[in-house]
Amino acid sequence: MNLADAAAQFTELLLALLLAPLLTGWVNQCRSWLQNRSAPGLLQPYRVLAKLFEKEVVLAHNASPLFRAAPYLIFGCLALSAAIVPTLATGLPLNAAADAIALVGLLAVARFFIALAGMDIGTAFGTLGARREMLVGFLAEPALLMVLFTASLISQSSSLSTIVDVLGHREFAIYPSMAFAGVAFTIVSLAENARIPVDNPATHLELTMIHEAMILEYSGRHLAMMEWASSLKLFVYSCMGLALFFPFGIARGGDWLGIVLALPVLVAKLAVGGAALALIEILSAKMRIFRAPEFLGTAFLLAVLAMLVHVLLEA
Amino acid sequence: MSPIDASLLAIGAWIAIGGCGLMAPRSAALACRALYPAGAAVGLLLAAVALYALFHDPSARVLALGLPDLPFHARLDALSAFFLLLLGGVGAGVSVFAAGYLRADQGSPPGLIALCYHLFLASMALVLVADDAYFFMVAWETMALSSFFLVTSDHRHAEIRRAGYLYLLIAHIGAISILLCFGALQAGTGNYTFEGMRALQLPPGWATVAFVLALAGFGAKAGILPLHVWLPEAHPAAPSPVSALMSAVMLKTAVYGMSRVTLDLIGFPVWWWGVIALAVGLASALFGIIFAAVQTDMKRLLAYSSIENIGLIVAGFGLTLLFRGFGMGTLAALALTATLYHCLNHAFFKSLLFLATGSVLHATSERNLGRLGGLIHRMPWVAWCALIGTVAIAGLPPLNGFVSEWLLLQAFLFTPSLPQGYVNMLVPVAAAAVALTAALSGYVMVKFYGIVFLGRPRDEALAQAHDAGPWEKTGLAWLVAVCIALGLLPRAVIGLIEPITRQFTGYVISDEGRSWLFLAPIEPERASYSPLLFFAVASLVIVAAWLAVRAFYHGRARRTAPWDCGFPWQDARMQDTAEGFGQPVKVVFQPAFRIEGEAPSPRDRRPRYREIVEDRFWYWFYLPVARLVERLTALVTVLQRGRISVYLMYSFATLLVLLFFVR
Repeated sequence: MNLADAAAQFTELLLALLLAPLLTGWVNQCRSWLQNRSAPGLLQPYRVLAKLFEKEVVLAHNASPLFRAAPYLIFGCLALSAAIVPTLATGLPLNAAADAIALVGLLAVARFFIALAGMDIGTAFGTLGARREMLVGFLAEPALLMVLFTASLISQSSSLSTIVDVLGHREFAIYPSMAFAGVAFTIVSLAENARIPVDNPATHLELTMIHEAMILEYSGRHLAMMEWASSLKLFVYSCMGLALFFPFGIARGGDWLGIVLALPVLVAKLAVGGAALALIEILSAKMRIFRAPEFLGTAFLLAVLAMLVHVLLEA
Repeated sequence: MSPIDASLLAIGAWIAIGGCGLMAPRSAALACRALYPAGAAVGLLLAAVALYALFHDPSARVLALGLPDLPFHARLDALSAFFLLLLGGVGAGVSVFAAGYLRADQGSPPGLIALCYHLFLASMALVLVADDAYFFMVAWETMALSSFFLVTSDHRHAEIRRAGYLYLLIAHIGAISILLCFGALQAGTGNYTFEGMRALQLPPGWATVAFVLALAGFGAKAGILPLHVWLPEAHPAAPSPVSALMSAVMLKTAVYGMSRVTLDLIGFPVWWWGVIALAVGLASALFGIIFAAVQTDMKRLLAYSSIENIGLIVAGFGLTLLFRGFGMGTLAALALTATLYHCLNHAFFKSLLFLATGSVLHATSERNLGRLGGLIHRMPWVAWCALIGTVAIAGLPPLNGFVSEWLLLQAFLFTPSLPQGYVNMLVPVAAAAVALTAALSGYVMVKFYGIVFLGRPRDEALAQAHDAGPWEKTGLAWLVAVCIALGLLPRAVIGLIEPITRQFTGYVISDEGRSWLFLAPIEPERASYSPLLFFAVASLVIVAAWLAVRAFYHGRARRTAPWDCGFPWQDARMQDTAEGFGQPVKVVFQPAFRIEGEAPSPRDRRPRYREIVEDRFWYWFYLPVARLVERLTALVTVLQRGRISVYLMYSFATLLVLLFFVR
């Protein structure tokens, strides 16, 4: 590992941390426009974070050390996963430390601890949120893994860096396996990021909330870390989708000119992706929680089908 | 002294320690202060011997015990040494814990429990070093009987006696199957040493018979479908250190037996055996984890999770056979490494969790998840140790459960180069099943940990709960340390497995010319993972985030009542119960369960809600078999007259018939 690569890796991490709230702001803005509302400013998520960091933390009497540590832990996991996904360049040092399976594992760690934190205070909503989050998780996680497996089979490697290199440098064609995988991945990312139709990030309506129910007891800097972490999660999933399905424009490790050029490409891709996400959200309705397993089960089956199609057709 | 002699001496020491228990059977002080610590020391010694033997040539010894002309053969090769290492390492931790755990008022006298406990340890070790079928079966039966007496040590309760009976029954069905398997393996030569069986070239038909018998016989001990029913009964019945040993080590002796017979004694591979093992293993894994999700008793939950883990191990073993059958040595080595790695992992994290439930049980006298909660405040040591165990068993990086899962998934990823088209198509489905199982185990572990240790106490009595004693803490800490080491240093662990993969597949996972930090089983371009680097960067980011927040803002915090959307009258009973938390799984996988229940009508003044969730296998498999046996015995009962003259006549008739045939 040389210094240039390490610096590139660090840039990528820093960029993810700074850019993630912007993506959330952009999606919110698009959604407001599409719903014919006047939109909050693009920088609103940063203002919210700044406000929350200033505020005092209000802890429940029986909050355990786990509850206080969880925001940092979850934030750290998601920041690390943002560094693992090739956003600007491939072949960076952390790509060898963790492949696609480890990335899924890392996201699972974040989910595990957010669910435990939700159960820690012992309120009805907290456990409800934890249970629902794990319900979504146990269906979404294998589907995501199967999507990544399909890409791994095509590129003969489970390293994300190699996957992007292989997928980015072959001739353009519609691969049936990747088409199935793409649909599955879209469903999984909607569910994992607490988006409509599975969850609604904008509401605290008791019957429907999942993610918000778990972080209900958080306040102040803890809540800020949690909010930042969910922005990061959206960023990670977006970048993962872009890396798998639109892998062009990503530089090869340590090539600084390439990295500088890759940045506007990434921003443009994220802008289009964010707008598409907002469009999906306003076009669908929130579904009942027990319809979610069917929805995610579809994603799981599609992802398995993608792998089967690859094995059968070699495409 | 050769390693085999040293290990036999250590085993002898265990038996002697057990024998000491008879000196003062009613004295708990003797057992707890002297016998268990001594047993733990012997365990460590045995682990050290096994570690030495792993990297040296096999050593053998003929013991002048047993029947005349039928001496016991013992041999210590890499495979035996690996499992012996596991036994010694886990045994040491569990024994230290047992020193603080076992008390006088638990059914059988403490001295007798200590005797059975050490006999159990010794017999498991003897199973691993036995080198002929006769010795193996003697050790195997000793293991079954000593563990039976341990399971029923609290024999005052009828359900514990019932659980013990069920365990004994299935253990013996398995033993018969293993006995027949050895019969098939010796192929009429009458030579029951493993040496002789290894030298024989069995015809394929007989080899298949032997394989199926071994899978069924050892599967009954391991708890694969449909012979799993004893596990969720016997584990909760036994004292916690015994549940830990049974789940962590005894199930692994079955894996050892399966590997010994299939990889070593039969010798030649047939690929479709692998498909059978893979299918059975995956079915067990999914079944086990789905059932674990709906359990309300914490030890039953862990028992079902053992079925899941054994299922994954058997699936990995099946994959090994599959690759070996197609002559793909490197991949077989990868699958075998994943299998054995998972054996080691499961042994440590499962014993850790069983012991943690033991501490909870002692502190609260409650096994029902629905009456626990909030124990992280009352028993912090146990809670933090259990957290490591749950993260490990949920297969989350950077702990050990993830490493073996990663290796297993890598083995699946490289499968689509098999020459058999249909098998190729099954592989994605199998990989999906493994992924689903892993994700579900996260669900189950959140349920287990969240309900027991987090939230508010669901019962007032829990306010009196106390943390574990020093012995128990030490035992837990040892297992936690090994779990972390197994997770962070996979290359060292794979080094322990290498002699075995080299012996049975001819290959090792290649690692030449690579940094020791990285785990890259095939080629670094294809897949690599570095838990240490991963862990270091993750902790760095987490600590940096914490420090940055502290530096730029403030550390102010105020304690108050929980918010909960502003609802003021909350109580502990509004939290999810175990049933509540498991309900989504029950709905999603409804066909897997046999659910019987009734809901009250809306006008009912005293509503009662009743639901029983059962295992379908009782109705599909066990009840029909039981009915058949009953019908057959009814036929035989006709002969039973209860008069001695009639029985004498039967003997006379038998003699006449025999004389006629034999002449």
